[in-house]
Amino acid sequence: MIIDIHFIGLIITSIMASAVPLILASCGELITERSGVLNLGVEGMMIIGAISGFAFMTVTGSLFIAVIGAMLAGVLISTIFAFLTQTLITNHVATGLALTIFGIGISAMIGKNFVGIPGKEFPVLFESLKDTIPFLSPILFGHSIVFYFAFALPFFTNYFLKKTKIGLIVRAVGDSPESASNQGINVKLVRYSCILYGGAMCGLAGAYLSMIYTPQWIENMTGGRGWIALALVVFSTWNPIKILIGAMIFGGLTIIQFHMQAMGVRVPVQFLTALPYIVTIIVLVVISRDSRKIRLSTPSSLGKSFYKDN
Amino acid sequence: MIKIVKRDQPSRAIFFLTPILAIFLTLVAGGLIFYIIGFKPFEALKFFFIVPIADMYGFSELLLKATPLCLIAIGLSFCFKSNNWNIGAEGQLTFGAIVSGGVALIFYEQEGFYILPIVILAGAIGGMLYASIPAILKTYFNTNEILVSLMLVYVSKLILDYLVVGPWSNPEGFNFPETRQFSDSARLPILFEGLRIHAGIFLALAAVVASWFIFYKTYLGFQMKVSGFSLKTAKYAGYKGKKMIILVFLISGACAGLAGVGEITGPIGQLHREVSPDYGFTAIIVAFLGRLHPIGIIFASLIVAITYLGAETAQIFMQIPKYTGQVFQGMILFFLLASDYLLFFKIKFTGLKK
Repeated sequence: MIIDIHFIGLIITSIMASAVPLILASCGELITERSGVLNLGVEGMMIIGAISGFAFMTVTGSLFIAVIGAMLAGVLISTIFAFLTQTLITNHVATGLALTIFGIGISAMIGKNFVGIPGKEFPVLFESLKDTIPFLSPILFGHSIVFYFAFALPFFTNYFLKKTKIGLIVRAVGDSPESASNQGINVKLVRYSCILYGGAMCGLAGAYLSMIYTPQWIENMTGGRGWIALALVVFSTWNPIKILIGAMIFGGLTIIQFHMQAMGVRVPVQFLTALPYIVTIIVLVVISRDSRKIRLSTPSSLGKSFYKDN
Repeated sequence: MIKIVKRDQPSRAIFFLTPILAIFLTLVAGGLIFYIIGFKPFEALKFFFIVPIADMYGFSELLLKATPLCLIAIGLSFCFKSNNWNIGAEGQLTFGAIVSGGVALIFYEQEGFYILPIVILAGAIGGMLYASIPAILKTYFNTNEILVSLMLVYVSKLILDYLVVGPWSNPEGFNFPETRQFSDSARLPILFEGLRIHAGIFLALAAVVASWFIFYKTYLGFQMKVSGFSLKTAKYAGYKGKKMIILVFLISGACAGLAGVGEITGPIGQLHREVSPDYGFTAIIVAFLGRLHPIGIIFASLIVAITYLGAETAQIFMQIPKYTGQVFQGMILFFLLASDYLLFFKIKFTGLKK
């Protein structure tokens, strides 16, 4: 049997492409969670990013403005969450759910006028190098700038958290807001910033979906990716490098279902579609079984409100 | 000058007043959104909240939508009171509908008074089975129930899709994604000729009474509330934490499953692709808006049910997408959570400082 090495290269490329939104959203959420805030609104922020990116692109015609606009929209919507949870000290879980429900609704409302409009071609980098090396070049070359950014992001995030002073502050706030506050750190400010950063990354993840991955607007097009991104953060035990691995596994599951259908494997299509969700549950069980390990790696104040009397 | 002071203890009056404040703020913000997208705010709000329930038929539709919301929210109040975040009621509803629908199909074209009770029971069991997955994984494998219950929603909808397209699809149905019609003995009776409101509303009312009794008249209800306030206290008092978690999930699964039964054996009478327009998610908002209190949940389910009807009327008369309903639902929860601030903090007007 001849294994077409070029074909395998293409499959890996498509797996990487479908991993991009997961990496972006998870890395953003990871920073938020590391500061002690559990934002369950990832799905909502992503869908807002998706419609904003597409809308800005259609209206202004500029891809650059569209990408920035999507990120700002993510920031804007996450500001609601930040204000509620940090200033008004609301429950993180309930507020995050509200954010997701609201986001899906408002995106469909904005998106009404953008259904059926074709997207634009997003420029790719290093296209001329695409056919130079048989296996490697489709993996390495000819992708959008967002693609490269996504694969660099886990390493940046890791460096930021472990080696920089601000990263240390973020971790301190997440592990013990009381001590951090006693050290003169403005806990509220740090958490606000981390929430808004998470919003920006989720917005970018959404924009990737509607502008690059499948360039069009469809209602509810994130289809649960936001929730899988949340699961990935647990899977990674709050370690950005492991997000990369997890996102590739889930990207792989998405891509494999297309290929299995194409090869005529006689499994109901619904089962293949359900696979990523089922695998998420199994993986969560395997990871969480060791409660000590989870307790050690979870930011200690995750999901707990912090209130300081003035 | 305005000064914000922390209250010594949460205000009870404000506890029940904030939902009303939240609804008012939602209407104001909703009017603003309608204005921004180019409608007259008052007229739009009228189409959204008054026109749909202005006649008998509309009122029956309101009760029809409020029934599953109330039923699920009652179940969820058990989970939320004891600090268990079951957000997958939509999946438990769908699975309950699948099991009860399957049983109803077994009795295809059969008559008998015993069929309906079996079908209803099957739905409750289906919901319980499905809710037991996150409960068991949480108690014995330390797995986050939020993510598991949510992932199971997607899985349940795909199982339903597989069944109605494949093995259970109506052989004479020209490949429409739906099953055969259930026999009349497997259907919840319609209450009034010409309206769609069905006997499922009694299931919801029974759940309201039962939950009120359990919460306020039994030791079990007391244990649940204590576990919700502080797990440490509950442990210290010697309550069986794991059993409690499983129990509240089973109760909430049963309620969601029953809501599923109502959806398929009521006006529709068959299984099809979309048994629920996200009632399971909306019920989370209903539970909070009703302050996790049985009576509060009745009112909250009626109010939130209007957003479904309003979204439909607004789509027909104003060409606004029906997702607008979700915008309102999200806003209600936002404003409710925000106004909870007043529970814990007082705003004092102290006059000008010298």
